[in-house]
Amino acid sequence: MRRIRVIPVLLIQNGGLVKSIQFKKHQYVGDPINAVKIFNEKEVDEIVILDISATQTKRVPNIQQIAEITGEAFMPLAYGGGITRLEEIKEILYEGAEKVVLNTSALDNPQLISRAAQRFGNQSIVVSIDVHKNWLGQYKVYRNNGTKNAGINPVELAKLVAELGAGEIMLTSIDRDGTFGGYDLDLLKQVTQAVDIPVIACGGAAEVQDFQQAVSIGGASAVAAGSMFVYQRPHRAVLISYPSQQELNEKLFSQL
Amino acid sequence: MIAIIDYGIGNLTSIRNMLKKAGCPDALITKDKAAIAEADKLILPGVGHFDYGMKQLRQADFFDTLNQRVLEEKIPVLGICLGAQLLSQGSEEGAEPGLGWINAYTRKFDLARMPEALKVPHMGWGDVAIQKDSKLFAAMPVDPRFYFVHTYHLVCDDPADELVSCTYGYPFTAGVEKGNILGVQFHPEKSHKYGLQLLTNFVNNY
Repeated sequence: MRRIRVIPVLLIQNGGLVKSIQFKKHQYVGDPINAVKIFNEKEVDEIVILDISATQTKRVPNIQQIAEITGEAFMPLAYGGGITRLEEIKEILYEGAEKVVLNTSALDNPQLISRAAQRFGNQSIVVSIDVHKNWLGQYKVYRNNGTKNAGINPVELAKLVAELGAGEIMLTSIDRDGTFGGYDLDLLKQVTQAVDIPVIACGGAAEVQDFQQAVSIGGASAVAAGSMFVYQRPHRAVLISYPSQQELNEKLFSQL
Repeated sequence: MIAIIDYGIGNLTSIRNMLKKAGCPDALITKDKAAIAEADKLILPGVGHFDYGMKQLRQADFFDTLNQRVLEEKIPVLGICLGAQLLSQGSEEGAEPGLGWINAYTRKFDLARMPEALKVPHMGWGDVAIQKDSKLFAAMPVDPRFYFVHTYHLVCDDPADELVSCTYGYPFTAGVEKGNILGVQFHPEKSHKYGLQLLTNFVNNY
């Protein structure tokens, strides 16, 4: 049986946990430490925590908050948001995070990827790529939490960061974020065919079936979701959930 | 006291966090020879390159103490991830000899034996199969699974040393136990109740 990592992505804005729709309309959904505790009890495979206000407000990573979070997380944890220096990566990993996530700084300072990969190992460096499809149907990378066109297409950027030594790519469709519309499988296919490193699919998941498609059709090595794990549909009531091992076995692992 | 050996490589705080949860509040992250000389048990962690890890260990001033504690006084030692690989004779990853405490060699995942969809490093959860009776797996919850991140794995000369196996493309050795020397390729400190039980067992049963 082939297991696929199923990863909740939690967004922190100004210290609180939020969830967005298409990287906008951020809604407060709770306390980050409390959410991590609940996900820990649910025995999730891995967790990604992104401080989406850090870069915007030119703030450095909040090491104390990271330490509080990792103290409750007995699973692999990746942390991103505001990371610009090697020393910050060292501190975050020391506090018990498994991986760091680079986004804006991967574009501003690609050498940070290679230097970090050499020092801490490729497996600890995740580059997240946020993608918007424009009115011509072209995929464009967006930076600074999806607010600025980076002027590069995702396949080019994926190849570049893989060459520099990124261990994984977290590929997020801005257009599908928070919509429950399923993953952008075309985008996934383009990127997974271009690189040999694992690609984590993100943006649009509504059910376990979507995970299966991201892997079987999109070529993803792991799947991530936000809304699906923090909201109960149809009214987006805040309720933290995670599929049972039995459901994952039946609808995902055994279907690959 | 359990000493978590700090040789400048790996994620030590999460091991201490999990040991705290396992009822061992006084585990010490240390590179101090005196602390290693006094410890009841040792944990040899590690993430990264085999040669870098071995060089760091050999250069450390506690290196002779470490050998003496493990080989002569036979106190329990648990290698984790790279720490488990370092127990072997050597690795395809580099040229440095390993500690040689276990008759095993560390080999790279053989891509020729694996389906193309499986990428290396093997990163993710794996179901393990226990190969022999061990106090390390006592009271383990059903269907144990652990978190792995690795490109290389142990191959034992003597199958009797294999403690636990996992399958990724093909079955490989995921843990070894020979007398007081134990090693696991996965990360118990990142493996929920399964890892907690394993570390609790290391604290209580050895």
